[in-house]
Amino acid sequence: MSEYLVDIKNERLSFFTPAGEVKALNDVSISLKEGEVLGIVGESGSGKSVTAYSLMGLTAHPGKLISGSLYFNGHQIEQMSDKEMRKIRGNEVSIIFQDPMTSLNPVYTIGNQIMEAVLLHTDKNKAQAKERAKELLELVGINEPEKRLKQYPHELSGGMRQRVMIAIALACEPKLLIADEPTTALDVTIQAQILELMMELKDKLGMAIIMITHDLGVVASMCERIAVMYAGKIVEYGMTEDIFYEPKHQYTKGLIRSIPRLDTKEHERLVPIEGTPVDMLNPPKGCPFAPRCDACMKICLREMPPVTNFGEVHYTQCWLNQKEEFENASCEKGAANE
Amino acid sequence: MSEKLVQIEHLRQYFSAGGFGKNKKYIQAVDDVSFTIDRGETLGLVGESGCGKTTTGRTLLRLYEPTGGRFVYGDEVIFDVEKKQYVDMLPYRKKMQIVFQDPYASLDPRMTIGDIVGEAIDVHKMAANKKERYDIIIEMLRRVGLNSEHANRYPHEFSGGQRQRVGIARALAVRPEFIVCDEPISALDVSIQAQVINMFEDLQEEMGLTYLFIAHDLSAVKHISNRIGVMYLGRMVELADSYELITRPLHPYTKSLISAIPIADPKAAKASERIVLEGDVPSPLNPPSGCRFRTRCPYADEQCARECPEWKELEKGHFAACHHIDKCN
Repeated sequence: MSEYLVDIKNERLSFFTPAGEVKALNDVSISLKEGEVLGIVGESGSGKSVTAYSLMGLTAHPGKLISGSLYFNGHQIEQMSDKEMRKIRGNEVSIIFQDPMTSLNPVYTIGNQIMEAVLLHTDKNKAQAKERAKELLELVGINEPEKRLKQYPHELSGGMRQRVMIAIALACEPKLLIADEPTTALDVTIQAQILELMMELKDKLGMAIIMITHDLGVVASMCERIAVMYAGKIVEYGMTEDIFYEPKHQYTKGLIRSIPRLDTKEHERLVPIEGTPVDMLNPPKGCPFAPRCDACMKICLREMPPVTNFGEVHYTQCWLNQKEEFENASCEKGAANE
Repeated sequence: MSEKLVQIEHLRQYFSAGGFGKNKKYIQAVDDVSFTIDRGETLGLVGESGCGKTTTGRTLLRLYEPTGGRFVYGDEVIFDVEKKQYVDMLPYRKKMQIVFQDPYASLDPRMTIGDIVGEAIDVHKMAANKKERYDIIIEMLRRVGLNSEHANRYPHEFSGGQRQRVGIARALAVRPEFIVCDEPISALDVSIQAQVINMFEDLQEEMGLTYLFIAHDLSAVKHISNRIGVMYLGRMVELADSYELITRPLHPYTKSLISAIPIADPKAAKASERIVLEGDVPSPLNPPSGCRFRTRCPYADEQCARECPEWKELEKGHFAACHHIDKCN
């Protein structure tokens, strides 16, 4: 038994498209204990969703797992058949998708869709499942559950639909909830409601959450650990405080710098990350961020940097940090010689 | 220099939503909105989806026919619905332009970038010959950080950030004075957003532009705007200087909107207290009586249901519409 609930090691996953192989995940390792919240941040196409989807076996053709081990709650995901996967999905691990408008089935009632998960994974009969659905709707803060059960998705607002999505995801009290940009399509005041609800439910049910988002503000208030992804790699990983107060990778630093601040009176110019995101069909040879990095060195264009560890959790993949280590090492050597 | 370039008075925009005769229903997308924009200034307009911010921008440009109100541009009346006064928009399209939200949908996939930018030049007959037309196109592309070789490519060959640059170049091609920026950064990645915001600022300085900057992201709007107007369900609820609005909001809706923004700083996020609003935005088909925010407002009472709050200047340059400003501050 692993001490972790989720333990992904050196995952490599590619999509074989007509235009060529897209290496969506390149040596990704993530671990998460029960009841923890992990945030994965990155731009579109950085592989943050794919990482989470692969845990649920949702990266179907043309996606293919090349290597790596995916451990989840006593299962080795990479060795499981579709049939076995189906028992886990929606039961031990479930997912909330980004767009509540398209992820609910428009021709079934809300009640029908919540009951589906309950009927599939438990031995409850229809009447009991309906009771459970009512309970769930109350749990996610929807009033008049009796009436809502008979409604169709188009009769609900965006925030309500996202609550229904959460209710479906929680139907079997999963150990792990994957939230794929759950609030991106929502307004700020509704976003605040949904985030509040998720934290409340996490405390109540004790599940772990993987929160995928591009909004650093969302992870700052919700997550214990953060993984920053760029071009299919985790460029920096650490506790929330590490990432925000002691970022080591140039990309993380750039991301934090480029956020417009609310509390400044003087007009400051934003510091953007120059350049355009990587073309995943033809990624650069060395560090994928090198072409946009303002501290790029020759070695960055040639070779992928190794992992540098700072403490137990915090690590990054950047040559600049290696340089510091070299210097430290040579200083120590010098001191020893004297 | 504080010459008023744009003056909007009691702008109203209703959309028909079915029904006949007496039962005819209207969506009150924009109701009684007034503001002014000085030359060279940026006015930010924020609010949740469906609050009428986009409609306001589009009605100004007469992309929709206004239901009521008056719009004075410089010294000229563009429309005055009461007096049934409307001007021919074509010459004014040269002065007022718009940048749309979705860079994927707003560019014709079958036109080259050069033709997209050049179309406006043709319409307004701004170029005497082909060479001149080409030169203008290249200059505009260069201004937005693209180069001449991009002119012969098609939109699908560009990334989201680059497409938005094309959209901006298209708007700039006729050398406008006033640009309505309708959520120009919402569809872009975080690292690209900062690039585009900086470009908007540079262009404003170089070409002396005036912006109406519409967005739902308050932190980005605060960064680029001199003043910010907050809209809720078709009405303007508060308008003030950017820093003033963020630090000393008077209206309860503005307060909750600001506190709902996730702060990208874990310590500050833990320390701050969030005001979480209950419920959803009501339907604009059937807005609440009196103050439109009252169904979600923690301070609402009978007066709010009865009377519509007056749009008042509470402090110099700080406008708000609320019955209980004293109670909630």
